[in-house]
Amino acid sequence: MAQTLGHLKESASQTAGPYVHIGCTPNYCEIEGVFPEDLGTRMILGDVKGERIRIVGRVFDGTGTPLKDALVEIWQADADGLYPSPQDKRGTADTNFTGWGRSPGDMQTGEFRFDTVKPGRVPAKNGALQAPHVTVWIVARGINIGLHTRMYFGDEDAANAEDPILSRIEHRSRVPTLIAPRTAEDGMPVYRFDIRLQGPDETIFFDI
Amino acid sequence: MSDGGSYYQRDRLWHPPAYTPGYKTSVTRSPQRALLSFDNSISEMTGPTFGHSIIGELDNDLILNFAKDGEPIGQRIIVHGRVLDENGRGVPNCLVEFWQANAGGRYRHKKESYLAPLDPNFGGCGRTITGEDGSYRFRTIQPGAYPWPNGPNDWRPAHIHFSVFGHAFAQRLITQMYFEGDPMIWKCPIVATIPDREAIERLTAALDMNNTVPMDSRAYKFDIVLRGRRSTLFENRMEGN
Repeated sequence: MAQTLGHLKESASQTAGPYVHIGCTPNYCEIEGVFPEDLGTRMILGDVKGERIRIVGRVFDGTGTPLKDALVEIWQADADGLYPSPQDKRGTADTNFTGWGRSPGDMQTGEFRFDTVKPGRVPAKNGALQAPHVTVWIVARGINIGLHTRMYFGDEDAANAEDPILSRIEHRSRVPTLIAPRTAEDGMPVYRFDIRLQGPDETIFFDI
Repeated sequence: MSDGGSYYQRDRLWHPPAYTPGYKTSVTRSPQRALLSFDNSISEMTGPTFGHSIIGELDNDLILNFAKDGEPIGQRIIVHGRVLDENGRGVPNCLVEFWQANAGGRYRHKKESYLAPLDPNFGGCGRTITGEDGSYRFRTIQPGAYPWPNGPNDWRPAHIHFSVFGHAFAQRLITQMYFEGDPMIWKCPIVATIPDREAIERLTAALDMNNTVPMDSRAYKFDIVLRGRRSTLFENRMEGN
C-alpha cells in the first residue's frame, strides 16, 4: 500500500438555512445591541477613488419566485484593480474601500443592494487582463453549498469580449446571465444583476 | 501576485449536491446545469479581512451578549476548536460567525413559528476571529432540537451554524455543527443531503471533558477545515508547503 497523503478533508457545507440573518446581519432582523452594525453594510468608508455605482438584483428560484431569505455577498477590486487583501501583493488598495459587501435582501421584495465603486481590471494568471467584474456568493435555505458566480458590466463590451472567463463559455446564449445592464436611479449609475437558480435563463455558476 | 498557488479543487462528491429532494426546498433552488470550472484568479485567491478591532468583548459570549435581566435558560457549554486548511495548518486571523436556536429550539426571528418560547436573555448570534494557530472559542447555551416544515414530522438535531471566511473568497464556507451522541442527527433530511457518513461525523463536535469548566460549563471541540492551496513550487517561485 502507498503512503498516505495526510491531507484533511474540507468540512462539508450545509445550508445557511432560513435564519442566516441572525448570524450574519443580526441588526437587520431586529437582534439589536449585540454588534454595533451589520458587517458588509458599508463598502465605501470615505473619499473613495473611482465611479460610485449601485448594484441591485434579486435571486429567483425555478418557479420564478424571488427568494426573500437569501444572503448575497460580493467581493471586488477597487477602481485601480487592486484587492484590499493582504493576499494581493501588487500594491495597496484604496484604504477607503473594503471590497466586500453583504446584503440580506429586502424582506418584502428580496432585492439586494450594494453601494460600491466600479472595479478596475485585474490580471488573470497568465497576465492577460480580465474584464471588470464582481465576484458574487449566494447562500439561502434550500441551497446546500454556497453558489459562486460573477457579475460583469453591460457597458464594457470591449473588455468583456476579451475576458478569459467569458470567452471560454461554450454555450454563448448563457453569457448574458453574467452581464448586468447599466441603468440609472437618482442620478446614480445602477447595474441590475438578477440571479436565476434554475430554468432556461439559469445563471452560470462556478466551481472555483 | 499572491503567496501560494490555487486552492485545491472542491470535492463535490463529499459536499452535498445541489439537488436533494429529501430536503424539499432544494428542489427549486438547485442549479441544474454543470458548474463552470476554471483555475483560481486573484479574484478568488483574495478575500476580505477583518481586524480584531471589530470584535467586542462579549461577541464570543452568547450567554451574556443579549442578556437583559438575567442569564439565558439552558445548559452552559463552551465550543472551541481550530480553523485548519486541508494541509493541516491553522488559519489565523479569520472571521468565524455563529448562530443558533435557544435551549428550547426557538430562533429569535420573525419568520420563526415554533411554539417553544423565546428566551428574553438569548439573542443567538456571536462571532470571533481565530488566533495565530487558527484557534477559536465561544461560550453559549446548548441549542434544542426543533421541528420544521419538510416532511410531516421532521426535526432538526441540535446544531450551531458557522460562517467562516478563511483568507480567500474561494474558501468561503457555511456549515453546521452537531453534537456527539445525538440520535436526531441520523434522522435529519438536511444532514442527509451529505452523501458520505464520514463527512457527517466530521461535522459532529466531540464532548471534551478536558476543557470543561468544573461546576459551570461542559465543552465541545469542533475543528473546521477550509480548502488548502498548492505549493507555488511549480507555479512561479520556490516556496515550500
